[in-house]
Amino acid sequence: MSIVDETWQWFRAPEQWTGASGIPSRLLEHLGYTGLTVAVSALIAIPIGLWVGHTGRLRGLAVVLSGALRALPTLGVLTYVVLLSGLGLTPITVALTVLAIPPLLAGTYAGLEAVDRATIDAARGMGMSEWQVLTKVEIPLALPLIVGGLRSATLQVVATATVAAYVGLGGLGRFIIDGIALRDDPRMVGGSIAVVVLALVLDALFVLLQKAATPSRAPKVPSRP
Amino acid sequence: MTIRKLVALGSAAALTLTLSACGDDSDSASETIVVGSAAFAENEIIAEIYAQALEAEGITVTKKLNIGAREAYLPALENGEIDLIPEYSGNLLGYLDPDATATAPDEIEEALDDALPEKLDLLDFSAAEDKDSLNVTAEFAKKNDLTTIADLADLDGLRLAANPEFSERPYGIPGLEKVYGITGIKFTAISDGGGPATLKALLDGDVDVADIYSTTPSIVDNDLVTLGDPKNLIAAQNVVPLISDEKASDKVEDVLNAVSAALTTDDLLELNGRNQGDEKAAPATLAKDWLKDKGLI
Repeated sequence: MSIVDETWQWFRAPEQWTGASGIPSRLLEHLGYTGLTVAVSALIAIPIGLWVGHTGRLRGLAVVLSGALRALPTLGVLTYVVLLSGLGLTPITVALTVLAIPPLLAGTYAGLEAVDRATIDAARGMGMSEWQVLTKVEIPLALPLIVGGLRSATLQVVATATVAAYVGLGGLGRFIIDGIALRDDPRMVGGSIAVVVLALVLDALFVLLQKAATPSRAPKVPSRP
Repeated sequence: MTIRKLVALGSAAALTLTLSACGDDSDSASETIVVGSAAFAENEIIAEIYAQALEAEGITVTKKLNIGAREAYLPALENGEIDLIPEYSGNLLGYLDPDATATAPDEIEEALDDALPEKLDLLDFSAAEDKDSLNVTAEFAKKNDLTTIADLADLDGLRLAANPEFSERPYGIPGLEKVYGITGIKFTAISDGGGPATLKALLDGDVDVADIYSTTPSIVDNDLVTLGDPKNLIAAQNVVPLISDEKASDKVEDVLNAVSAALTTDDLLELNGRNQGDEKAAPATLAKDWLKDKGLI
């Protein structure tokens, strides 16, 4: 039987769809780690990104820092935090947050930077306060790029959250890591496919979200003949 | 085995070797043995021990260490790229015969006789073993009066950390249930082979029992208690020289058998400790020290 058939059989087996070690509960765990991490990362990265983008200060530092964070190997961070804080949710959340901050930070400050200076000057000229400029002009105009940052952060986290299984947690990585350990290829491939499908579904949702976040333009001026 | 006994054994072996070296000229001077090792430190140290012991008897040795896993070095041994490698009995049997059920040292030795490819030979098995072992903290052992795995059966809701395969392999959770009657184990899979994260979980009290390889220095460093395995649930992993048939001259066999006779699990613990600890001693240095210590060179 080929690996394709074996994997198909693995997906079809009833025990894959029930209980604490079935695909549905592993999927929920996986989404849980992803959601928690992206939320924590957004709380950290978006305010910093807004401040950097609005004031233009410390931009160099933000670039260097997010570059440095990107270079940290997730598995290394994960193991290191386990050694500091022990098992539990903390290590995986920290390790994945490190991964999610750079795209969120970059998306946010780049989004604000991309707003036309003339628009901001006009807003100030109309007597808007700095807070109003940020919330009424800059953020709405930067929203597609901020959501873009959220999209790439989520995709990276959802793909990497598989490492949670490395340190005793669940999630879809359980299938991959157990499959490797037990040389059970269908389980490993099945787990990988589940992660890919989940990532594609989330990406599709973000495409819709990004469309919704793009400000509707004023009615087009009819082009001259 | 006492040190004195070991030294006596060692010198007896050395004497035999010297005698055989004088009397037996059939081994040509051009005899070269290529010693290989798997890609982890302990195996490399043992390979160095083999190599230096052979060199001390005037045998020309070439080293090809750090080859990789069994999937890589066994074919290399069969096609003559290497001639000799330190092996572990249980895992070698499991590789050659995935359906093998033997766990006791002598059963494994017997089964290996049948399973071994024609061109390869196993020399004497040493007492030294590097295998999965169940460990608890000294405090936990004392509190619950634990000396062997069998004693765990009295405890409720045992929490155990090990590599993920432990949950389904015969020597793991299924074996603990079937062989020792331990049920209701709460299992935490940590994929570091009994490394620092597993140790941390045990020391923090997140788990009660941790599967750590028997020659890991952290067992000694943290005064862990390794639980006995009276029913041989966990397959024996005696260190044994695996050698290509045509290179196994009497002289070579004598040298390597003397090494195996002297090597113990405690020796491996100490050697690994010096290799991984602050000293970071190189395998070649450790091998030389050990051979001198045992009077083999």
